[in-house]
Amino acid sequence: METKVDEDEHLRGSLYFSPQTMTSTDSGRVKNEEEFVDVLEELLHSGDLGHALRTFSPSPYDGGPPCSAADLPKAVLESQYLRYVVQEIATEKALSLEEVREEASVILEEMSQKLQMGFIRLMAYMLSKVLKRIFTGIHVNTEGLNALKQAVQESPVILLPNHRSYLDFLVISYVMFTYDIPVPVIAAGMALSKMRVVGEIISRSGAFFIRRAIGSDKLYWAVLSEYVKTIVRKGFAPVEFYVEGLRSRTLKSLMPKLGMMHMVLEPFFKGEVYDVTLVPVSLSYDRVLEEFLLAQELLGIPKPKESTTGLLKARKVLQEDYGSMHVNFGRPMSVRHLCRGKINRGQYNLVPRDLPQKPSGEVQACVSWLAHLMVRMQEEGALISPWSLMASLLLQAPAAALTEHGLPWHQLAERTLRLRKLALDFGAHLNWPGKVPEQEVMSSAAALHHSLVRLQAGRVHLVQGEEDEREDPRRPEEDVTKAAVPMLMLACYRNQCLHVFVRPALLAVAIHVTKSVQRDELFAFFCFLRDLFANEFISIPGESSQDFEEACVLLRTCGAVHTSQQEVTVSDVGLEVLPFLQDLLQPFIDSYQVMFRYLCKDGVHVVSEKQFLPAVRNLATKLILSGELHTHEALSSDMQKNVFSALRRLETLTQLKASELNEYRVNKAAVGQISDILCGKIPPQSLQTTPDAKL
Amino acid sequence: MASNSSGSGSQGRAPQRLRIIAGHLQRPVDVDATVSAAECKAQGGEADVASDGKSVPKRRQEIMKWNGWGYSDTKFLFNKKGQAEFTGKRYKLSGMIIPALKEWMEGTFGTNMQHKSLATPALTRTAVQPPTLNEAFVEELKSTGVPFSHDAEDRVFRAHGHCLHEIFALREGKVGRVPDLVVWPNCHNDVVKIVELACKHNVCLIPYGGGTSVSSALECPQEETRSIVSVDTSQMNRILWIDEKNLTAHMEAGIVGQDLERLLNESGYCTGHEPDSMEFSSLGGWVATRASGMKKNIYGNIEDLVIHVKMVTPQGVVEKSCQGPRMSTGPDIHHFIMGSEGTLGVVTEVTMKIRPMPEYQKYGSVVFPNFEQGVACLREVARQRCAPASIRLMDNEQFKFGHALKPQVSSMFTSFLEGLKKFYITKFKGFDPDCLCVATLLFEGNREKVLQHEKQVYDIAAKFGGLAAGEDNGQRGYMLTFVIAYLRDLGMDYYVIGESFETSVPWDRVLDICRNVKARIIRECKDKGVQFQPFSTCRVTQTYDAGACVYFYFAFNYRGLSDPVHMFEEVEHAAREEILANGGSLSHHHGVGKLRKAWMRETVSDVGMGMLKSVKDYVDPNNIFGNGNLL
Repeated sequence: METKVDEDEHLRGSLYFSPQTMTSTDSGRVKNEEEFVDVLEELLHSGDLGHALRTFSPSPYDGGPPCSAADLPKAVLESQYLRYVVQEIATEKALSLEEVREEASVILEEMSQKLQMGFIRLMAYMLSKVLKRIFTGIHVNTEGLNALKQAVQESPVILLPNHRSYLDFLVISYVMFTYDIPVPVIAAGMALSKMRVVGEIISRSGAFFIRRAIGSDKLYWAVLSEYVKTIVRKGFAPVEFYVEGLRSRTLKSLMPKLGMMHMVLEPFFKGEVYDVTLVPVSLSYDRVLEEFLLAQELLGIPKPKESTTGLLKARKVLQEDYGSMHVNFGRPMSVRHLCRGKINRGQYNLVPRDLPQKPSGEVQACVSWLAHLMVRMQEEGALISPWSLMASLLLQAPAAALTEHGLPWHQLAERTLRLRKLALDFGAHLNWPGKVPEQEVMSSAAALHHSLVRLQAGRVHLVQGEEDEREDPRRPEEDVTKAAVPMLMLACYRNQCLHVFVRPALLAVAIHVTKSVQRDELFAFFCFLRDLFANEFISIPGESSQDFEEACVLLRTCGAVHTSQQEVTVSDVGLEVLPFLQDLLQPFIDSYQVMFRYLCKDGVHVVSEKQFLPAVRNLATKLILSGELHTHEALSSDMQKNVFSALRRLETLTQLKASELNEYRVNKAAVGQISDILCGKIPPQSLQTTPDAKL
Repeated sequence: MASNSSGSGSQGRAPQRLRIIAGHLQRPVDVDATVSAAECKAQGGEADVASDGKSVPKRRQEIMKWNGWGYSDTKFLFNKKGQAEFTGKRYKLSGMIIPALKEWMEGTFGTNMQHKSLATPALTRTAVQPPTLNEAFVEELKSTGVPFSHDAEDRVFRAHGHCLHEIFALREGKVGRVPDLVVWPNCHNDVVKIVELACKHNVCLIPYGGGTSVSSALECPQEETRSIVSVDTSQMNRILWIDEKNLTAHMEAGIVGQDLERLLNESGYCTGHEPDSMEFSSLGGWVATRASGMKKNIYGNIEDLVIHVKMVTPQGVVEKSCQGPRMSTGPDIHHFIMGSEGTLGVVTEVTMKIRPMPEYQKYGSVVFPNFEQGVACLREVARQRCAPASIRLMDNEQFKFGHALKPQVSSMFTSFLEGLKKFYITKFKGFDPDCLCVATLLFEGNREKVLQHEKQVYDIAAKFGGLAAGEDNGQRGYMLTFVIAYLRDLGMDYYVIGESFETSVPWDRVLDICRNVKARIIRECKDKGVQFQPFSTCRVTQTYDAGACVYFYFAFNYRGLSDPVHMFEEVEHAAREEILANGGSLSHHHGVGKLRKAWMRETVSDVGMGMLKSVKDYVDPNNIFGNGNLL
């Protein structure tokens, strides 16, 4: 069994790396805890102040003459690229060159980071205080740190962390400062800059601010991209941004955004730097600071504006224990190496490289591929907490068991241990302390999440939120929303481990729905699911057969299926494993069906996302009340938006040209067909295998 | 007597005439020849021209190495004291000790004086395949009286250029397919006869000029089954006339650069065409490869210099009917000939522009704090169109390499001055010795203008942080151009193999291409298991309005590698890929040959390929000129 797992690792690893460059940690598997150091523990030796005042002398990038922070804006404003754009805009808007140039420099001023060592030290001091209070440990992989240290000297480095908490980028800068690695410049959302004192500190700690909706502001886009590219070209500092674009409200990976990715890659495509190094960073939290906010936001209760006073109120949050967190720096990956054979760099030979141009299809595809790959690498590097496994199982328990009489603890514990084995078989990196008795690991995980579950008389109960003071009876709809909060929180924690199971789970669903054993039929259905759920479960465009292969191998590894050239057949073990995997995806399937059902309703012809969300929420609430729908996830705005994007991607929703409200026409027949395929009404033989045609 | 065409028309300038006559007096055969340019002097096999002061004998092996660069009497070696020494008397550096070279080699390549990889001392005749002769061709050739040979040494000598793999094989005593016969035409008409016979008997012809190709252009195609005849033009080496009214000269195409310049100099003229290989490369070779000379900024490249070309093809002789300085008569047929690399015919005679010899020459050099500044300066010089005859910028590694090649200084005073200069630049001016780079300059013209020009260029340099660094450094830089080729042979004695290659690239990409190609070479070597980091350096050697010519040098220690040549070729291939990906050209002046053929189609497009192909198909339908270059 062990050797098989290794084979699989190799299989996955070899998709992206040549064997010679593979090291033992290539697939990101964390063998044991010893490879991690606890930053907080280090802090005990130096003291907070000592730490903040430590000598900071990182080895700089040696690919060119050093560049000072003051040189940057000048280089940007004087760039040929910006000159072209300024000229264009001046002509379009009938403004003078001077006016446009002035506007550009205002944008740049607003955007620029103002990295100052003093502020980094101040931030380090403050963070030391805060982090020690809320976390029992911040574990960082030493090997990743060392590799990063090396990498920043050789090429411009792009740090790509996943985004699960406001703390993410602070923690990364903190770690890099602590380990003498040049502190990155960070693309941060503009909202943060509006927080008065904090915004200033963040900016002086190396963040630069970007507006959320850049949309069609050509000048803004040009200044931003030239700013980012200049930093990369000059190797000024590592650049850090969230490839997912936003903080994930579901703790599940988001479909990557390509704009920033394109900006940091272009200097390589155009030969302005020899290489660019991508470093995916996986931050894993035992318990997320924002957990309560997450569910509220998903249910449409608006998030509080980021403000300094808001942050101070959050002090209540700081009284709690959030367990430990892990920062796993992935192996630095060479873009040059990754892009071999994917990009013809000669495509820039015939026009000035500074000329503003739409990227070619080849470039777009490559950027998208790399962005998706990075998200997958983040997932692979994530550490799965025992609680995430427990949450997955709790969600599969009958709702009544959780809310009313409770689930027997021993049952949960026993199933968690079985799931742990499965996760390990699938190559997951578990954060399961080896020296502590298993029962204790699980009970302390439950204790850490006391806001969500309560252990009573050997049974696990879901915490239903504070008792309402109000006397008057609430409407049943309100009850549904209230009940949904802990369910969605559980779902978020389940999502932390979803990527481990998702490919085998898609195959399990395919087996279940099609009742087929034929590989090609299963593959066709697998591709259908993979495509339909592309916004839910991130997979790499163009690699559906690899994903299918991986699913087969993993299910074979855990003994769930037998595979041959033509067939995939379920084994006895499979009868136990496959239902779990199907159930894992059931909330998604059920929720999607609800939304399809809404779109197929008689009165619905044209929808906008704005109308779609509340309408679907109403329908789902009704179905939950009537007992027809068993998952609360259909209430999640995230899932609703994903369905909307999926249908747009599949061209079953087509934008009305005349509409200014972003309205879409519903192709009911097509939606109905998707729904029918999903529930198995249309046999798999009639599915066309067009892997990735729509991706 | 200067020419039969200008005849009586040039009495006006007596002193010059006298000089020309004086020149010719020393060279009776030339006088003879110029009288009857159309006639061949070689009927009945006269004495070798080498005895007339020409540089290249028929039997090249008499003066040149068979498995290395240049003259047999000249080479680098480590003497008994372990010091590097340059032997012979031909060059300024000859007979001198180069004290720093050993340490530089050890430091750069990790070489060890104990670990030698010496060449096979002499050619084993049995290693050479017996010639496949086309008897009928040979019989008829005899009747024409054109000298020929099927001696093994003669044939091996004409089977290679100076690519690394070619020389490496020879040093190991390995000989592949070689020409079956060597012929030495003495004039245009001889060539006409040879080509006619080749067509008649279906024999493959490969023109051979100076043998300095670095594109595998002289290699015999493996798949060639016909008898291969090497047409050695070295004996067609006369200046047929000089036209002082129009400042042109008409030469046979086999003349090598050094003879051409020397003979013209004797008449007070020069062509100014000075490729680095000019000691050995021939006029016909320049035309066939689109050569470029160091001083092109004043005199132009070969395409700017050529007025008229005569080429013998299987379809007959191609030439223009007049010598108009520019014509609008459809695509210029000269451009089918220039760069045809011996695939269409043999260039037999060329009329070239000449200039009066420059009154004054001055070398110079500038030190820059870093390569970026240096390139910016060259770009500005090009923008202002004030480039001196030559301006070259070496990167830091080459600067250090140049230092390692300084001969022993004779006086304490010189070495004191050197030390002072170094102190001034590094300590006082704050230049980092590991970043600084140097540009070498050559000015030509009348004295006053040269000094004016010099000031202009130094003023520009100063704006980019450049400091004038003396004439000596400049002059040594250019001298090294000629001896550097000898250095590869020394390296090969100590497990070091290397090569240079070139490209041309728009200005905005010069820095990027330099960085990326050098880095690619280092990366590829590392990936392929080369223990010691390779020597990977570059220089900008020519400036143009819209871009520059960049030269890369690449060498490494191959000890411990099982197939160094193959590995070397892979790295060179990768480097070329990198050049193309960075907007560089396939070649600036070395040509395509067989080495770079694979990239021709993407370089000139499908249609472009078809155009070239259709010319070949018309001119040489039976592929008589079957060296397989270019297409």
